[in-house]
Amino acid sequence: MNAAIVGVGELTPVRYSEGKTTLSLISESVIAALQDAGLEKTDIDGLLVGPQVGETPQHVPATVSEYLGIEPVMSNTVDLGGASGPGMIWRAAAAIQMGMCETVVCVLANKNEKGEVLKSPNRNPIREFDVPFGASGANTSYALLKRLHMEQYGSRQEDFAEIAYRARENAQLNPKAIFHGKPNTVEEILQSPMIADPLHLLEIVMPVAGGAAVIVTSEKKATTANHKPVFLKGAGEKITHRAISQAPDTLPFSYSIPKALQQANLKAEDMDLLSLYDCYTSVVATQLESAGLCEPGKFGDFLRNYSFAPDGEYPLNTHGGQLGFGQADLAGGMSHVVEAVLQLRGEAEGRQIPEVTNALVTGNGATLSETNALILGGTP
Amino acid sequence: MKDFENVSLPGPTVTPISQPFWESLKRGVFTLQRCNSCEEWIFYPRAHCPHCFSESLRWEEASGGGRLKTWSIVHRPGNPAWNHLAPYAVGVVELDEGPSILSHILADTHDYNYLQRVRLNILTPGEQPLPFFEIHEQEERI
Repeated sequence: MNAAIVGVGELTPVRYSEGKTTLSLISESVIAALQDAGLEKTDIDGLLVGPQVGETPQHVPATVSEYLGIEPVMSNTVDLGGASGPGMIWRAAAAIQMGMCETVVCVLANKNEKGEVLKSPNRNPIREFDVPFGASGANTSYALLKRLHMEQYGSRQEDFAEIAYRARENAQLNPKAIFHGKPNTVEEILQSPMIADPLHLLEIVMPVAGGAAVIVTSEKKATTANHKPVFLKGAGEKITHRAISQAPDTLPFSYSIPKALQQANLKAEDMDLLSLYDCYTSVVATQLESAGLCEPGKFGDFLRNYSFAPDGEYPLNTHGGQLGFGQADLAGGMSHVVEAVLQLRGEAEGRQIPEVTNALVTGNGATLSETNALILGGTP
Repeated sequence: MKDFENVSLPGPTVTPISQPFWESLKRGVFTLQRCNSCEEWIFYPRAHCPHCFSESLRWEEASGGGRLKTWSIVHRPGNPAWNHLAPYAVGVVELDEGPSILSHILADTHDYNYLQRVRLNILTPGEQPLPFFEIHEQEERI
């Protein structure tokens, strides 16, 4: 690959945003990333953005370009839910490799106002065939997936709760995390209210306001940036379904993670950081299994054998994951990219992994349908 | 069992492609599409067969039997219209014909088993009869 990440800008998540718009959070994120990279506004010639329910459902790149005051020669909306962030990184690299542009800003942000519920005006099969039966929103779909895992493999509630516990333990090392100063015990997670059985409240990400921008540029230009570049070494992505009833019986991520590892010519065991998308506890379990780090259904044993802390055997979501950091809608997925960059640059203050060369970053959208994986490295 | 009479719930957003499915339910008949080329059954209704891309499909009555592949007991519904019915169960039913369908699972107690037999029970919460499913008592806990 001929591209590298040279700048990251991530806003501190807040439960509710006041006096902000999604566009204003986008510009805050982009300016922070440019400052981090030591680049100017005039360096940006590519823009990748996400869809914005409620504020800018259409013409997103044009709206964001105009608001920022840039005129990119490559732009697009990446519409892959929580996989949009990682999906932007390899698309940016592909556009740079084709010579369409040299420096791409990838940005996702979301406001979150108290009492405001934004709904996408779907008139498609998931609206027609799920909603009339009482299944609306992501919680129900992920509950169905978790129940299936429990029935097929005998996985236990305690093991899922352990994943949320560890995410929030790592969040205690990250002052930006929404759960910083608010750890949970496994017991507290298991005692939290059932939202959609078998999912407890504390197994679900907290919606927050925030944003993140990542700047991808050519390897040539990367050498002139402020920081040690972080290189894109491999990527894999696959889409399988939209509605949960249409999900295939295959392990999610069973294409995207091996594909990314194969492109980088590395093995899962070579990863010094696992930056795994974690909107719900069960999503981490299925990724450990998809990556081949444990047998299907055996993530509980993996948890008992290995630590996820920055100084543990398998540092996993050292920023707290979204379960500990908070989920600023689509920007939550980008938090896994940002953490990998900070760790690979040796700048993860207070939670730095002692020796880190390679990181696996994943994204997930549409209930384990839109899955992707990136391998990021400190060397090309 | 919950009372579905006189409730106001969001109904299906019927399209020209799916209309025969919903119209049949009004006559108490559960029909699915079937491919004239590869003979696979199809759910949800489409303009083509997603298995072989044939555009030659027919409507055929399905048995209404299936197995409960997974389920969730919803305590906090995503849509507030369902609040007064919570907790209630939704599940994915693997129909005997092959396709899977998401549906409401009717039961007095929320005590289910993996791959338990279920059968169709058409209820009409609003204007449109809906294909709900219930536990098939005779074959329970085999």
